Amino acid sequence: MHVRRWLHRGLAIAVSVPLIAACEFSGPQSALDPSGPVAQAQKDLFVWTLWLSVPVMVGVFGVLVYVLLRFRAKNAEDESSIPHQTHGNFKLEIAWTIIPVILVILIAVPTVRTIFATEQRVEAGPDDLAVHATGYQWWFKFDYLDHGFTTANELIIPVGTRVVVSLDSADVLHSFWVPSLAGKRDMIPNNDNQVWFVADEPGTYYGQCAELCLGAHAYMRFRVIAMERADYDGWIASFQNAAAQPVSADPLVERGRVLVAQKGCVACHTIDGYAAGTEVGNPDFPSLTNFGLRTTVGAAIADNTPENLAAWLRDPQAMKPGNYMPTLWSADDPSREEEIEAIVAYLLSLGRDGLASGQLTLGGVHGGQ
Amino acid sequence: MSAATASTAVVPGMESGHYRSSKLPDVKLMMWVFLASDIMFFGTLIGTYLVYKGRSLTGPYPVDVLDVPLTTVSTFVLLMSSFLMVLALHALRQDDIAKFRLWTFGVAFFGAIFLGFQVYEFAHFVDLGLTLQGNLFGTTFYVLTGTHGVHVTIGVIWLLSILVHSYVKPWTSKDDVYLEVAGLYWHFVDIVWIVIFTIIYLVEFV
Amino acid sequence: MAVSKVTIPAPTPDSMPTAGLFTRPTWTTGIGSWLTTVDHKRLGLLYIGASLMFLAFASIEAFLIRLQLAAPGNTLLSPDVYNQMFTMHGVTMVFLAIMPLGIGFANYFVPLQIGARDLAFPRLNAFGFWVYFFGAVFLYSSFFLGGAPDAGWFAYAPLTSLSNNPGNGTDFYMIGLLVGGIGTLVTAMNLIVTIVSMRAPGMTMMRVPVFTWMILVTAFLIIFAFPPLTIALLQVIFDRTFGTLFYVPEGGGMPILWQHLFWIFGHPEVYIIVLPAFGVISEVIPTFSRKPLFGYPVVILSGIFIGFMGFAVWSHHMFTTGLGPVVNTAFALTSFVIGIPTGIKIFNWLGTIWGGKVRFATPMLYAIAFLVTFTLGGITGIMLAVPPFDAQAQDSYFVVAHFHFAMGGGALLAFFAGLYYWFPKMTGKLLDERLGKTAFWLNVVGFYLIFVPMHVVGLIGMPRRTQTYAEGIGFELPNLLSTAGTFVMGVGLTLLLINIVHGFLRGKPAGNDPWDARTLEWAVSSPPPHHNFDSQPVVNDRDALWVQKYPESVHGERVPASASEPYDAVGIHMPGQSWYPFFMGLALMVFSYALLYHNFWVVGISVAMIFFFTYAWALEGVGGHHLPAGPRTADQSRKEGHA
Repeated sequence: MHVRRWLHRGLAIAVSVPLIAACEFSGPQSALDPSGPVAQAQKDLFVWTLWLSVPVMVGVFGVLVYVLLRFRAKNAEDESSIPHQTHGNFKLEIAWTIIPVILVILIAVPTVRTIFATEQRVEAGPDDLAVHATGYQWWFKFDYLDHGFTTANELIIPVGTRVVVSLDSADVLHSFWVPSLAGKRDMIPNNDNQVWFVADEPGTYYGQCAELCLGAHAYMRFRVIAMERADYDGWIASFQNAAAQPVSADPLVERGRVLVAQKGCVACHTIDGYAAGTEVGNPDFPSLTNFGLRTTVGAAIADNTPENLAAWLRDPQAMKPGNYMPTLWSADDPSREEEIEAIVAYLLSLGRDGLASGQLTLGGVHGGQ
Repeated sequence: MSAATASTAVVPGMESGHYRSSKLPDVKLMMWVFLASDIMFFGTLIGTYLVYKGRSLTGPYPVDVLDVPLTTVSTFVLLMSSFLMVLALHALRQDDIAKFRLWTFGVAFFGAIFLGFQVYEFAHFVDLGLTLQGNLFGTTFYVLTGTHGVHVTIGVIWLLSILVHSYVKPWTSKDDVYLEVAGLYWHFVDIVWIVIFTIIYLVEFV
Repeated sequence: MAVSKVTIPAPTPDSMPTAGLFTRPTWTTGIGSWLTTVDHKRLGLLYIGASLMFLAFASIEAFLIRLQLAAPGNTLLSPDVYNQMFTMHGVTMVFLAIMPLGIGFANYFVPLQIGARDLAFPRLNAFGFWVYFFGAVFLYSSFFLGGAPDAGWFAYAPLTSLSNNPGNGTDFYMIGLLVGGIGTLVTAMNLIVTIVSMRAPGMTMMRVPVFTWMILVTAFLIIFAFPPLTIALLQVIFDRTFGTLFYVPEGGGMPILWQHLFWIFGHPEVYIIVLPAFGVISEVIPTFSRKPLFGYPVVILSGIFIGFMGFAVWSHHMFTTGLGPVVNTAFALTSFVIGIPTGIKIFNWLGTIWGGKVRFATPMLYAIAFLVTFTLGGITGIMLAVPPFDAQAQDSYFVVAHFHFAMGGGALLAFFAGLYYWFPKMTGKLLDERLGKTAFWLNVVGFYLIFVPMHVVGLIGMPRRTQTYAEGIGFELPNLLSTAGTFVMGVGLTLLLINIVHGFLRGKPAGNDPWDARTLEWAVSSPPPHHNFDSQPVVNDRDALWVQKYPESVHGERVPASASEPYDAVGIHMPGQSWYPFFMGLALMVFSYALLYHNFWVVGISVAMIFFFTYAWALEGVGGHHLPAGPRTADQSRKEGHA
């Protein structure tokens, strides 16, 4: 009867345990799968508070189970009997005030230490990588301040180097969050925020905007790709030299290059090296420089494959509802597929001569897939 | 509710069926509670003003438009109105209805003069180029002092209503609490003005 | 005691002269009686009924959200509609369902618990309800008038600027909450005056029932917390309507100011929601353990301390906005500290059960579920108070899990306990225990199924407020489990509603005191007579009713509560009903629409109407009539008209 009732009660909670255990905690966007000292320190604090909460739960739930079993009214007579009307116990009140205070101190001390270890404002020095990240609806712009180029949605960093990211927003609030490397930091117009982190090992770390920015907020993601120093230097060089990249001989690629002007793409998108001596595009839209090296499309919502890129060009609203990219062809336009094929070929050619020559590598995804 | 052993002490106030566990009349306590929340209203507006102080991107800036001597006069008028309020309440408590009406009118009149100064000031500032939308000083100044002005206006209307009502149905000293709460409100509005005057006007010129 | 035969003199107990503009309504039945009621019990029922209706709406919104998130790439709700769904779910739950549920219980039971006849200002009380109700109607009409608010329940600037959010939705939010907030404020003021001034003779503050004490603290929180919100809302309205620069970055405005002002309100708001819930638990557990609340003074003091500290923690919602390590440290420490009195309360509730005789009626089941769930919510709260970890959890589903445990599993379960506990008193009928227990299990199991996986999916990187999510990184299973849980809890909630309806129609008679409880509301009939108490009760103890029933169970010299000799010829004053609270609420709704549509002529007309009704209200006076004091039969009670 009542005992069974309590056991059913416990079932509700016990159901949670396997639920939690059954779930994977690793993953490319997981705060519990850190790959850098900042994320590691943040996880360590969480684990510490989790351990400290165990005695609290054992205490509270243990006493609760005990009192419900031990003092339950067993029959009708019991139900109308009157137990001793205790009003309180001063010593007990002191004890169960002091114990939580101690627990709080045990949490507070490492917390304050970690705050000052991870959240102090830093000046980017010569050994750091300084990047300026701007949040836009619905993509991330990354300006490599020391190297003089801009890219979008993929932050390429060297392993073991401190990356100092200054944060701003061009419109509404956004947030820069790459859980495997660091907790989020908000991008607020007229605030001058900053986050820094280090990647311990090469890999691709998933990030996402973590502050409601309406519209396609759910589709505003990014990647941080950490590489060994040699590979990283190659990537940087390819961006710095993008303006001087050789013109491809492939006629399909050339057709694509012409089309991106005809269809109006370069009115918005910057492409370094589009045409010798000309600058195209608008810095308030995602740069397509070296797009062939990108691993994703549409602010990290799909892998950068010819099929996905074609799907994006065909119907960007289907992949990312509400974003600012117009639909360039009507559904019954006979030249649509041929033009898309050419543009895809052109975009995927950008920066790829580095890949072809073996100077560059594309890293693996962190957290296993 | 059945009485087991009835305690027969009769508690004062229970005879009239109007027992209260506090000596403060209900409307007076209510006014104090309302004023406590009104402090937070003005506190928030004043806080906003202070946060944005010195952050206007363009002019006109406070030094360009504020006229401390003029506003000192209107502040004095408001202070005097509070004094008249005290006189009005005292008169009512003495059942001197004529004086009560006179001083009550005086409070409203002085309040109206203060509002006149405010209106002039706003119009003059607009002429000088300070608008709600122009810069942060305009935004915060007009909203803060405007909210205060609305409070004064409500107070003036309230006092005039009391005055008119006293002709329709006679007021006596037994009704003093209803004037007292108007007085509490009025003094509060006055004190808030002193804070505003200090923070906006005096601080600029120290 | 025979009913004294007295002549009832003319009404108006004070000397304030009054003038009637229209005939005063006096209906005791029918819809007119509900629109013009000033009786705290009827208003309490109105609040509770409206809250349950909005709870149903918010549950539907939640259900749609969970259907959309059952699998990645769903297209049930577009991003725009999805944003409206979670925004309205949050706004409805916080402002239109849970907070008013607490206020409804306060309205009904505070006067009864302190031995008073009504609140201090009955018409103002009615006005508070109608403003809430019309504000809610105004807010919900947004769905049909261009779209509901979609910037989240805390509407961060500059998402709410005219350029970023040109539609009406944001204006509905700003104006709706501004006007609705007026109702909450005046009700809080009313409750403060009532609790301070209208306690029964002998009821010192340390003899006041815990529920009423918590309502007092809540009322103080309301009067200090709502004004910053009101000003912030006003500032956004000015930005959108008159082009001011409060939150406009291009003009130098700082969007982060909105966050500060909102959370200076917003954090006390969650205590405004949960302190009444603590109060309910503090009534239910002693009753069903047949023991007084353990450590009454400490529980009260903890409540006061929580209320006070509630104003010192707001920036823990802003740890990731770049306030700096010193500020973050300060707010982390205050947030840790605020967990301590909450823990103390939980220990005292356990201490109450210890040594008692526990009866597992449905209210007690919900109270036990509350203890477990709120403890877990508190623990995740402490975790979130750690800024470095918060940086990983903020705006993820971990936070969503935390506040649903604290507010859903906390306040909601506690209010369900209150519903089952007090339903017999309000209606005179019992709810079905078997149906109640079935619904309980479904609700609790469903709740855990929905919200436990959210802890997991948040930790592995799923942000909140996202209409869909990436495939293949582990988000699918927890989301599916959460959605499955909504079906279970949906059945539970439906059964709860069925139980309530069935109870109204066919419940068994409850009698005065079906639970053998401890406080004064159980001393009168169920439902109570219109005038509450036949004679002014005089108390000499905490748990006055229990002491009267079982004086031998109490140690020391205790004089049981008594009724004094009844009033003299003046009798019990019943305040008059009035149209003006209802019409004022209506006028404020007209004002809201006029402001929304920038129709400043109609704004002027509605302001004139408000002035008119203010004068009419003031000149109408308290009115009412007197009833003779002393015991009366049920028949006589009914003739006098009761709730």
